[in-house]
Amino acid sequence: MGKSVFYYLGLMLVCVPFLRANSLWLPVVFLLAWGVRRGAGALAANEKVAAFRERGDRLIARRRGGLVALPVAAALLLPLCSSTYLVEVVTSAFLYAILASALNITVGLTGVLVLGFIGFYAIGAYTTGILTAKFALCGFWVALPLSGLAAMLFGVLLGMPTLRLKGDYLAIVTLGFGEIVRIFLNNLDRLTGGPNGILGIRRPGFGPFTIDGAVAFYYFTFAFLAATVFIVARLVDSRFGRAWVAVRENEMAAGALGIDVFRKHLLSFSLSAFFAGIAGSLFAAKQGFISPDSFTFYESVLVLCMVVLGGLGNVAGAVLGACLLIVVPEFLREFALYRMLVFGAVMIAFMIFRPHGILGSRTIALEREDAHNAAE
Amino acid sequence: MPTMPQSDILTTDGLSVEFGGLKALSRVSVRVREGEILSVIGPNGAGKSTFFNAVTGCCRPSAGAVYLGGERITGLQPHEIARRGVARSFQNLKPFAEMSVTENVLVGREIHFRSGLLSAVLRGGPFRADERRHRARARDLVDFVGLAGRRNTLARDLTYGEQKMLEIARALALEPRLLLLDEPVAGMNPTETGFVMDLVRRVQAQGITVLIIEHDMRMVMGISERIYVLDHGELIACGTPAEVRNDPQVIAAYLGGGKNARAH
Repeated sequence: MGKSVFYYLGLMLVCVPFLRANSLWLPVVFLLAWGVRRGAGALAANEKVAAFRERGDRLIARRRGGLVALPVAAALLLPLCSSTYLVEVVTSAFLYAILASALNITVGLTGVLVLGFIGFYAIGAYTTGILTAKFALCGFWVALPLSGLAAMLFGVLLGMPTLRLKGDYLAIVTLGFGEIVRIFLNNLDRLTGGPNGILGIRRPGFGPFTIDGAVAFYYFTFAFLAATVFIVARLVDSRFGRAWVAVRENEMAAGALGIDVFRKHLLSFSLSAFFAGIAGSLFAAKQGFISPDSFTFYESVLVLCMVVLGGLGNVAGAVLGACLLIVVPEFLREFALYRMLVFGAVMIAFMIFRPHGILGSRTIALEREDAHNAAE
Repeated sequence: MPTMPQSDILTTDGLSVEFGGLKALSRVSVRVREGEILSVIGPNGAGKSTFFNAVTGCCRPSAGAVYLGGERITGLQPHEIARRGVARSFQNLKPFAEMSVTENVLVGREIHFRSGLLSAVLRGGPFRADERRHRARARDLVDFVGLAGRRNTLARDLTYGEQKMLEIARALALEPRLLLLDEPVAGMNPTETGFVMDLVRRVQAQGITVLIIEHDMRMVMGISERIYVLDHGELIACGTPAEVRNDPQVIAAYLGGGKNARAH
């Protein structure tokens, strides 16, 4: 994937404002795209650009400890010295980071492109909404695991018949799934409240303490993000991670080594869905209100962008990608109209300067590390 | 070894494969004896790789059956056949390019791991024991195929010959009873070929039956106990290297274009 994913994501996003304004722009966009692609190709082949890429890889490999410690410290200290507004924004970045970490398992590690991922997030959010507010059957702490499991169940149900499909076909099926979930939520009035959504979802608490206020919920979400990253990182660095990457690299060779490709796909897919469900549950608790509008195709693309931007298969990359794509646009509010255009341009720039994402794929880090060890 | 009365580890009975109307393999029956080194030769397009694919479940036979040590394995999935002890390398190399050499071989150990998902997260005793044991075995195998200096190199950065060795190490990691090698020395120089021949003998010495597809006659004649010859998807000869070398049908297949030549 790599390069072309950047290109098409970029192109899609660049197109959005033009298409909204007037569809006559379409031929212009494609002509532009053709030119950009040629220009970008030439630029990417440029020696100086290549040297820049090399330098970046080396820097990241050498400073890995700092790359983890510094952001974690910054995240822990942030609420002490910033506005409530920024705390809220970063909290939602954390939610997206959980989503991106989850999606990274399927897209980055197993190599299965999923386009309607937000559907699982929606299922998690609505499970919590329905259980704790709509019918008030149980509290948050019971609803939370059930939300994860509900999303996972749908993951298995969707995956069983479809994970045997290849590449693009599967991407289209999952795209359809995301849309179907949203349409169901919009129309199952009795269960989901239809377009009005579900109101009055309460914040979780520990005994008498309620996790109220922006700062408390910030740390609450951060704890879940840390747990997710911890679990995913450990799985990546185990036989499961190796088997996933093996399946991504070559299904036939993996099969010849006794690996059941379908089951590995299903495992990674349902784990992704589980974490998305957990994130959805947290989202419902944070907002107190959910409606189908929060779970559109745009959100699915956004999460995919995060994974690709950070570096396919890179655990820290997914988190970084999420933080950048949520926080940076907040500072670009004045240019809201051109936001998509800037996004698209950034994606195409990344294709040239960092084709494996900001932190690069897992491999690049590994390779540099080895080169480093050998040099010592 | 050929002195002992031997049992068959692999037999095929009238194995046929069709692609559309094309008969890639027709009614091939072979018996592979436990512990032997056996070669399958034939001109390009004779159906050798198709034969391997049919045996390992990579393509579905249109007729016939495959038995592994008496068990019928026809129509099983590739991973099910692999789990029964059949490992293979590929003619068109399929290393896991973005993984290191050791990791590649560790993937071959996958079916021998016992620890589960939860223990991979918690990193308890069983997990670490598993990981230590299989890493040690993977390292041994990497050394065994002569890649000791390349353990941490990414597979995509290996030379062509090294990638071939990696595929053998990865296949051996399964601890197979039967190893299928598809053109293990194609494109290699005589020194490298000599190394592979020695390697195959060392594999055999561990009690693993080896089935080889190869064009390099020095290797085929030097190492095989028996040879099967395929031409146009049909078995045209079988026997010891000396017998096969002098078989008129084999000579015709190699020099005169086989069946077509005889038809004139």
